[in-house]
Amino acid sequence: MYSLTMNSLKPMRFIGSIFSPAIPFAAILGVVLAAGFTARAFAQDASDVGPQRPVVVKPMESHIGNVTGHAAAAKSDYRRYCAGCHGDLGDSNGENAVWLDPKPRDFTIATFKCRSTPTGTLPTDEDLFNTIGRGLTNSNMPIWNSFTRQQRADLVAYIKIFSPRWEKEKAGEPIKVPAEPPVTMESIAHGKALFAKLECWKCHGPAGKGDGPSAATLTDSKDNPIRPYNFAAGKNDSRFKCGGTNQDIYKIFMTGVDGTPMPSFADVIQPNDAWDLVHFLRTLQVDRHGKENEVLSAAHGVIPPYVDKTPAPAAAPADNKPPGDAN
Amino acid sequence: MKAHYKKFAVMACALFMLGVGLWYSTRSTLNVSAAATGGITGTIKLDGTPPHQKPIDMSKEPNCAKAHASSPVTTETVIVGPKGGLKWVVVYISEGLDAATASQVPPAKPTWDQKGCQYIPHVISLDVNQHFQVANSDPHSHNIHPLPKPNGANHEWNRSQPPGTPPFDQVWAGEEVAIPVKCNIHPWMHGYMAVVKGPTAVTDENGSYTINNLPSGNYTVTAWQEAYGAQSQKVTVGAGKPATADFTYKAK
Repeated sequence: MYSLTMNSLKPMRFIGSIFSPAIPFAAILGVVLAAGFTARAFAQDASDVGPQRPVVVKPMESHIGNVTGHAAAAKSDYRRYCAGCHGDLGDSNGENAVWLDPKPRDFTIATFKCRSTPTGTLPTDEDLFNTIGRGLTNSNMPIWNSFTRQQRADLVAYIKIFSPRWEKEKAGEPIKVPAEPPVTMESIAHGKALFAKLECWKCHGPAGKGDGPSAATLTDSKDNPIRPYNFAAGKNDSRFKCGGTNQDIYKIFMTGVDGTPMPSFADVIQPNDAWDLVHFLRTLQVDRHGKENEVLSAAHGVIPPYVDKTPAPAAAPADNKPPGDAN
Repeated sequence: MKAHYKKFAVMACALFMLGVGLWYSTRSTLNVSAAATGGITGTIKLDGTPPHQKPIDMSKEPNCAKAHASSPVTTETVIVGPKGGLKWVVVYISEGLDAATASQVPPAKPTWDQKGCQYIPHVISLDVNQHFQVANSDPHSHNIHPLPKPNGANHEWNRSQPPGTPPFDQVWAGEEVAIPVKCNIHPWMHGYMAVVKGPTAVTDENGSYTINNLPSGNYTVTAWQEAYGAQSQKVTVGAGKPATADFTYKAK
């Protein structure tokens, strides 16, 4: 019996003598791997556990028409669809952010590009709602019109949890956009004169191709390089950063694109003059089929020099005209 | 019962008015006495060799290049006068102000001009809620783009100012030393707006400053320079001759 037992144990001892130093190693490795996989699984599947820094979901609301959005309701949508770029903490440090240009919006500073409100003020709930539904042209922000109105309203409320500004301030008063006058050659010609006088071309270039003398050195408010909008790029359906309608263009330059070099012109353009500028800007979208380009092609593509009927202040000096501009 | 209440209400009203009146009268006398007392004066120097200020190439804006053709403009990060005085240093009272002096807003409306593609002045110090004018003396557009710290009382804004447009009025709602200002069209244009409570000054080309309208008392006076940061010291201000507070920054 004894010898038999000894014999049966011997192979075991043999194996043990070879592997005994390795066994603790294997055990530790196993435990570490298991822990690692568990943590990863937690991070992917569970929404409220794992190595996540806590996000305090304040009871923020949004009001879009008859829809009321609640921040708490958007928590999982935000984590699933937005956090990848905008970050769980809304600080634009999502895992994809390093690859993106322009960078995702940083909700912790509450500066927004597309507003109907004056420069320096918070946008309306509707502005943010529209931005989510529309996406941002020339950026990685997609069109989220697959969301229901309620989902979008909830997300608008959710992004307000990231900056204390939303608790201290109200949205700015939306600017008034008067009814659009008819598109005429006179309107386009005046718009062209304004484009030169207001020096839009310094950044956007004389033909609106985004190649003006100051274009190369532009940076956004976080010192990242940024390009001015190229009006001529894109086909018939090309859109502006903050929308595709003439009203949207009106709002873009009258409110400015906060956080970027694009200033507000609300102090310096009269409401009707602003419509003339809109009409001219449309003609810079050379491949777009629209009323403005129809008027222009009816005149064989020639915009006559604008004759100002009102007494104007002294003209800009000759060397302050866009290069190649005869007017 | 009703009559009693009425009498009480009238009395309370009268007492309240009296209180307000008294408070108001002491407040105004305080202000007068505050204006009459002391101040702080001093010189701010740079110890060491000042960093080289690079000349600015303004060829992209021919007007400005022409305006500075005879004496090219340099950056203004560290400007040292002939006797070592440091220009463009903001000096303000960081501690010790009484509520009346701190809340007083000077009626002066300084101008922040854009001239020859430079900010004139390069550094301005303002009181919280003090009105100032933003002007453009150049024959071309500027965009004026202050960048306060996010989520404070002040907010980033960005406005175009074409030539010939009248100056516009602005205020800052909260203390901030200092708000950087830039023009995106002319990337070399940089300046600072320091927003503080109470009397303040910016050093001249000799590095000298004078802060007036300070009531007697113990204060902490702070100097801020855009490249070298802030320094503070304690000062006792008495009636009559202004107290002295000199600072020295080490060149880096």
